[in-house]
Amino acid sequence: MNIIYFLLPLALLLGGMFVAFFIWATKSGQYDDLETPAQRILFDDDRNIK
Amino acid sequence: MSTDSTNTGHLEEFSYNDRITKWFVGATMLWGCVALLLGVIIAFQLAYWKFNLGLEWTTFGRLRPLHTNAAIFAFIGNAIFAGIYYSTERLCKTRMFSDTLGWLHFWGWQLIIVAAAISLPLGLTTGKEYAELEWPIDISIAVIWVIFAINFFGTLVKRREKHIYVALWFYIATILTVAVLHIVNSISLPVSLMKSYPIYAGVQDALVQWWYGHNAVAFFLTTPFLGLMYYFIPKAAKRPVYSYRLSIIHFWSLVFIYIWAGPHHLLYSSVPDWVQTVGMTFSIILWMPSWGGMINGLLTLRGVWDKVRTEPVLKFMATAVTFYGMATFEGPLLSIKSVNYLGHFTDWIVGHVHAGTIGWNYMMTAGMLYFLVPKLWKTHLFSKKLANLQFWTATIGLVLYMMSMWAAGITQGLMWRAVDASGRLVYPNFIETVVKIVPMYWVRAFGGVLVLLGFFIMVYNLVKTIQFANKNNKDQAEDVYAAPPLSAAKEEHGASAHRKLEGLPMLFSVLTLLAVLVGGIVEIAPSLLSDKFVEKAPHIKPYTGLELAGRDIYIKEGCYVCHSQQVRPTPSEKLRYGDPSTAAESVYDHPFQWGSRRIGPDLARVGGKYNDMWHFRHMINPRDVTPKSIMPNYGWLTKNKTNFKVIQKKLKVMKALGVPYTDEQIANAFNDAQMQAEKITKGLTEHGVPMKMQSKEIIPLIAYLQRLGMDSANAKKAIEEGQE
Repeated sequence: MNIIYFLLPLALLLGGMFVAFFIWATKSGQYDDLETPAQRILFDDDRNIK
Repeated sequence: MSTDSTNTGHLEEFSYNDRITKWFVGATMLWGCVALLLGVIIAFQLAYWKFNLGLEWTTFGRLRPLHTNAAIFAFIGNAIFAGIYYSTERLCKTRMFSDTLGWLHFWGWQLIIVAAAISLPLGLTTGKEYAELEWPIDISIAVIWVIFAINFFGTLVKRREKHIYVALWFYIATILTVAVLHIVNSISLPVSLMKSYPIYAGVQDALVQWWYGHNAVAFFLTTPFLGLMYYFIPKAAKRPVYSYRLSIIHFWSLVFIYIWAGPHHLLYSSVPDWVQTVGMTFSIILWMPSWGGMINGLLTLRGVWDKVRTEPVLKFMATAVTFYGMATFEGPLLSIKSVNYLGHFTDWIVGHVHAGTIGWNYMMTAGMLYFLVPKLWKTHLFSKKLANLQFWTATIGLVLYMMSMWAAGITQGLMWRAVDASGRLVYPNFIETVVKIVPMYWVRAFGGVLVLLGFFIMVYNLVKTIQFANKNNKDQAEDVYAAPPLSAAKEEHGASAHRKLEGLPMLFSVLTLLAVLVGGIVEIAPSLLSDKFVEKAPHIKPYTGLELAGRDIYIKEGCYVCHSQQVRPTPSEKLRYGDPSTAAESVYDHPFQWGSRRIGPDLARVGGKYNDMWHFRHMINPRDVTPKSIMPNYGWLTKNKTNFKVIQKKLKVMKALGVPYTDEQIANAFNDAQMQAEKITKGLTEHGVPMKMQSKEIIPLIAYLQRLGMDSANAKKAIEEGQE
């Protein structure tokens, strides 16, 4: 049962890390544009230059 | 090549390492055949016990862990790596960070699989589900995983696309979380090169194990495949994902909530009620992000549903996402305590798991391979007809599998709990509830054969495709692509320094996480090791040396695969097995052996229920004492010698883990074990068993089985006698 004192903070740490990661992602502009990223992945094979 | 960022029109040339993706694709096909074949073999073993072949290396108890490990880590693992290497390079518009690390990752992972395939049939196991591999292999897994992580995050750092597409977010979550889960769950003290005891015991071990077990499903079977879904479905459908906004909400809510759902594997166990309730609540909440993902995947196909009819890639992926939706509805349902009481320990859970692994992982993998192989080898698919044939054989096989397991699970669950008007069990003999579901085992095995056949058809189809390609395309040079550098995409000055900073936090987050964990373990481990933290229950005593040796044989033979050691606190369980299990009873159990399935009856209180001779005959041929039993014969237990010498070392390691053995017990370990073995064997000689049996493995196993539940039973008897 004592393991819960380890697992709870660990779960919080992991969850918290994802939240912090989310805030970083939003602030760094990852989600400023919600249209083109979805479109852009469709065109990545078209740049073969040789 | 210049990286001058002031020249915004400048393009950098690069190529992708598709060779490594090809190798991962090949490994996926190979291990897929092995994993599914093993699944079919063990399915037949349950339908008819003689398929255990009478060999110690091929019993259900040893092959079932091999099947689960092969399916999850070999088959699905290689599929994940193939998909991640292919899509990450393209989403980042760069080559993988390091070819060398990539090949280390590939060959390291295959070596780990081979080590598992050798060690598990030999009975070298930790006895923890989905984490059975012994400590040297566990360390290798951690090392290879870190190599993979460095290669992946290195690629993100050198990406040419500022935006990190949602698929990559799912890959990041996978890599981080699997590392944490694996390391925390695998910490153990070695006894020898291939034997160790986990530092956790009983309730502790159960909580860690299912925190791991559940999240292995989450972060090995779910999040990487959601990433693959977000890449390959739009690519195959040639249209963007239905809602990018929903994909972001889906991702962040899923990764945050999944971590908490583990205790739903421990409902009605001796884990505290509040932990069970938290696990159940989060499991139900989890339904929402799961279905958010399913809806987003399926609606991406709006307007192109006709392609689902004609294109194998989309046909498989649309079906996979549908099964994902079904399985993620069934999961929360089974997490509700009252439903769980019916379904837990039955084949319903087995059916649920396979709806996910076959319906979601196998189908997604098939769709992905039908996409990847023609692309990588620059050709088109050998036969769409064969792909359709696989689709129908696999789908029909899976439906047979699920239906038969629902029927088997609910039937057996209802039979276990049936109590008549006079308050007695309607089916007091456990074997009645087994015989009843054997026909369902045959249906399941037949369904499994269809799933396997489908896979063979796919492998044939893909190998033909590759052969044609290799014959026609002599030019094996890598394609060269061009894209502007990342720095050109930004307006800030001094972009190259900024770019590094933007990329590094991710690599740092992995390293920091690992560092934090090591620190945490150092701080926490002492409290786990000290016995003053363990609940006080003076009547519960550690196992004797011989019983401990017997327990290790129990683990080696994989008894926990079919027998639980956890009596739930309900009237029918009390009638069938006795008092509910308590936390104190497994306080010295490194590892815990509560189990997750009752193909045979619960053994938590089996001690003293039968005499030693019953157990002796039962191990040699279970049908001698229990007609119609489906348990294999364990004849080799009367031939293999017990290693008495190692018992002392085992006691020492257990003492280091906090089990209160006295110095005297450790000093006399060898002689005490010999004496106890002699005593048991003498009792057996009255029934004609030769005295030389004393040195064989069956004796410690009997000693262990006869000890189970006895401390509590004796304490109870003493109290009752005191009252009279």
